Amino acid sequence: MTTAEELRTRTADLLAAHDPAATEPLEFLRARFDAGLAWVHFPPGLGGLGAPRALQAVVDAELAAAGAPDNDPRRIGIGLGMAAPTVLRFGTEEQKQRFLRPLWTGEEVWCQLFSEPGAGSDLAALATRAVHEAGDAEGGGDGPGGHWTVDGQKVWTSSAHLARWAILLARTDPDVPKHQGISYFVCDMTDPGVDVRPLRQLTGEAEFNEVFLTGVRIPDAHRLGAVGEGWKIAQTTLNNERVAIGGHRTPREGGLIGLLADVWREQPGARTHELHQRLLQGWTDAEVLRLTAERLRQQLAVGQPGPEGAAAKLAFARLAQQLTGLEVELLAEEGLGYGDWTMSRPELVDFTGRDAGYRYLRAKGNSIEGGSSEILRNIIAERVLGLPAESRSDKDVPWKESAR
Amino acid sequence: MTELDLLYSEVEEDLRSAVRAVLADRCPPQAVLARCEGPEPYDTGLWRVLAEEVGVAGLPVPEALGGAGASLRESAVVLEELGRACAPTAFLGSAVLATTVLLAADASAELTALAAGERTATLVVALPTAPEAPFPLGVRATGTGELTGTVAWVADTPAVGLLIVPADGPAGPGLYAVEAAEATLTPRGSLDLTRPLADVCLTGAPGRLLIGPDRAEAVLRQALLTGAALLCSEQLGLAEWCLATTVAYLRERRQFGRVVGSFQALKHRLADLWLDIAGARAAARAAADALASGASDAAILVAVAASHCSDTAVRAAEEAVQLHGGIGMTWEHPVHLYLKRAKADQLALGTPGRHRAALAALVDLPAPGAVATPRVPHV
Repeated sequence: MTTAEELRTRTADLLAAHDPAATEPLEFLRARFDAGLAWVHFPPGLGGLGAPRALQAVVDAELAAAGAPDNDPRRIGIGLGMAAPTVLRFGTEEQKQRFLRPLWTGEEVWCQLFSEPGAGSDLAALATRAVHEAGDAEGGGDGPGGHWTVDGQKVWTSSAHLARWAILLARTDPDVPKHQGISYFVCDMTDPGVDVRPLRQLTGEAEFNEVFLTGVRIPDAHRLGAVGEGWKIAQTTLNNERVAIGGHRTPREGGLIGLLADVWREQPGARTHELHQRLLQGWTDAEVLRLTAERLRQQLAVGQPGPEGAAAKLAFARLAQQLTGLEVELLAEEGLGYGDWTMSRPELVDFTGRDAGYRYLRAKGNSIEGGSSEILRNIIAERVLGLPAESRSDKDVPWKESAR
Repeated sequence: MTELDLLYSEVEEDLRSAVRAVLADRCPPQAVLARCEGPEPYDTGLWRVLAEEVGVAGLPVPEALGGAGASLRESAVVLEELGRACAPTAFLGSAVLATTVLLAADASAELTALAAGERTATLVVALPTAPEAPFPLGVRATGTGELTGTVAWVADTPAVGLLIVPADGPAGPGLYAVEAAEATLTPRGSLDLTRPLADVCLTGAPGRLLIGPDRAEAVLRQALLTGAALLCSEQLGLAEWCLATTVAYLRERRQFGRVVGSFQALKHRLADLWLDIAGARAAARAAADALASGASDAAILVAVAASHCSDTAVRAAEEAVQLHGGIGMTWEHPVHLYLKRAKADQLALGTPGRHRAALAALVDLPAPGAVATPRVPHV
């Protein structure tokens, strides 16, 4: 097993061979990947060393201290948090070699083509079709596996306008119940059949997109896992998404509560007793959430993962909405303003760099995106508390016969 | 900010198992219910087993005095189990509040007797007293240590041997040891049937000065802060029992041709409660660990945990009564014992509102019109 000491030595070797001050950032990131120091728990040859995941922090600390460039994990979050673990677990050797390195260095941005206008929380109801056409043994028609022709519409796609690749769920068999006939693909976003249109949201900006897929041709070699196994594979992707959303480590009074506390300290004239009570309640809730996330982190570190991952996301959404609403009230007249309604296309959600009105509006999405709060409550009730599932009428009906 | 250990150690889990086994054997909910209206509200037999066989009476007492030399983290785990069983014992008053004062006073003889389970003690303050409350001056002490005055709403007085009394002496506030036999104890009707309350009346009772004016206020405050912190663990155990019992009931009970627990409206309520309890577990552990390690931000963590755990326990008990339907309103189902304990605990050692008000000063979020306090470093 790799030790912290060995990782320090390897990191020092990398820094000696590629002085961060004199190396192009991209070149440095590629070298870091090739040295197995990108995500140390990944296998050798794929950016890792098969080391314990907890040791990544050792490498990150050493590199940060040496001023090494980072790959801006927030910008490539979907690739890192969702695509990479799925490709690693279900991809072929060829797929892993092709996709993981440029994904990690940030050369290739990923997006996620799951949700549809008619399939949000009931994701398995998705209607985008993928129809198979066989190829020939000589390599024509995309080789012996042939290709798939995809038609449909996806929605709420962050980063689609920047992405090189997408993970895509599509229906490959409409004659079986909805969870069974889905397959999982990697879609080339530069394909001429892919049409990305900005979707303006209530904040005024267009963070998301609609994606129209018309006759998109995906080689069978870009299928992840077996045909019809897409739903099971998607569970891996979605579980990783929730861990990524809830897993931040914040200091006390960090994030939204910090902004709110500063407003309180700086504006004594706006203080009322009622706002004070709500502020203290919010401060307490924020600290309890911080401690809950910290306890989850400690459980993970000793190999006792708890079900608090879904809980952390649920609690975060509730708190963010409570705190941002309070901030607008606390600002009084100033809370009536709004910086800019012009449609822009941000690469990142910037909670702290914008005004209170933006935060209030954007936080409404926290309880919808990445698994709605209602779905997360079902997950807790059924998987943690062991309560029975709601009866569902469409579970055993062939997809094409189900009511939609 | 201190690195907190929010998990349970193996030693703590072993202690939990031992306490839980004794309570399952000697203190099932029906037995608590049967006892609570009787002449002996506290189960002294149970206390003897817990003290002598498991050693819970002297957990933080040094081994040289017959204790376990443990930290407050272990006491917190015991309280989780006592809360889960709604057990009628004097642990909070004797092994937490009074013991904290006796440890500060180096009162070896008293600590030895307490650790052995031979005696119990209690701190003579009104149970709702918050840690940051001013030193209570209702009892006056003469220069020769004779105490006179009355303190109402004192917890854990039945069968108690030793009273620890805050009193105002000629040189200033002090903490005195008084034999319970020297005082008049008048029981009060108590909302919490499993933690009786009494008025303590002293008329020239002989007292021995344990802590003098130089440290009395600080020691009393530390005892109340410790009590408030560890009460969170009792509230956590209580809330966990309420959730588990309710979930079990909703998995059995059928209405409208299906198991009631399959209705989304109820599932979502229980999921939210589970979320609050997950927070209570983290907060209660943080408060206990911060006190055990002497962390500089302990008062902040206690205030946070006390307000959150108090409210969570009450909500858990209220949800349990509601979701049990009619049976939840009956005397024969023990859930009312938990509701009464939870509501009384919410008032004990500072209400949630008082703890949040204390927090306002600790983290510099002053109330309207308040003079700003200097910013307390808390990171």
